[in-house]
Amino acid sequence: MTSLRILSLATVALLCGGFALAAFHAPMDANEGFVQKIFYLHVPLALVALGGFVFGAVAAVQHLRSGDPRHDLRSYVAIHLSLVLGIAVLVTGAIWAKASWGIWWEWREPMLVSFLIVFLLYCTYQPLRFSIEDREKQSRYASVFAVTAGAFVPLCFGAVRAAESYIHPQTFNSTDNLPGSMWLAFLVCLAGMTLLFVTLWRFEIAHKMTRARVRSLKRRLGGVDDPVVGRSAAPQLSSP
Amino acid sequence: MTDNLPDNGGYVAAAYLVFLALLLVYVAIMAIRLGRLERELTQLDELPDAADHAARERAREQAPA
Repeated sequence: MTSLRILSLATVALLCGGFALAAFHAPMDANEGFVQKIFYLHVPLALVALGGFVFGAVAAVQHLRSGDPRHDLRSYVAIHLSLVLGIAVLVTGAIWAKASWGIWWEWREPMLVSFLIVFLLYCTYQPLRFSIEDREKQSRYASVFAVTAGAFVPLCFGAVRAAESYIHPQTFNSTDNLPGSMWLAFLVCLAGMTLLFVTLWRFEIAHKMTRARVRSLKRRLGGVDDPVVGRSAAPQLSSP
Repeated sequence: MTDNLPDNGGYVAAAYLVFLALLLVYVAIMAIRLGRLERELTQLDELPDAADHAARERAREQAPA
């Protein structure tokens, strides 16, 4: 619990520090002006969300190899959190697009559409889990999905970066298109966002593990038997 | 609000507020789940007391008058 507290404090410090650097230290962009400040929120969010999907795939591989339900839980929570961040990416991206290009969305832009495709693909993860009643099958099929979709994420991202961009800026295509102070602010924001993901992930894992232990204790004490009624998309840890 | 902000400052504020709102909703959901877990723990805490009470009642009933 102490490590979670330290992690939470470090997250708050890094995120606040990153946003402060973005607001006061990083220079105003020559082309976009103040609107470019959304970059320090939108890009770290997108990178961490995509990284979370890949992390979910890695945990799913571990689940398929070992059969340990805790890896399934790790994969489930990572994908669930990445979806929440994905919503933030789409909304902040739309706001930035409106401010910069005058439109909320551009269907001809591969970067936007590919992110939407990845997001919608992962939106089917929860319904897929929910549709399978058998717990063992549910976790295995979900892991196979997580691995396949997770492999699709870097492929899709790489293909889009290699493709000709329509209007979306290609920020990291060379090392000199971002001044040092902008890089610093961006890296601190990225570190803060990564820590935010790790903190929320660990909180949710701790919550689900504790709930499983409480339910198991209830059963063992012979009190209120509280089995999971009906279907659930969330992985169920087996009672010791 | 935009009087004190540079051009298009409202959009920047909106983007950061959306992020903050999402984070707050997530934390609120976690707090509700934590409250549920605490209720379950309270139930668990009361289980041994209830079992002791039931055992004492049984012993009293079985004791010769």
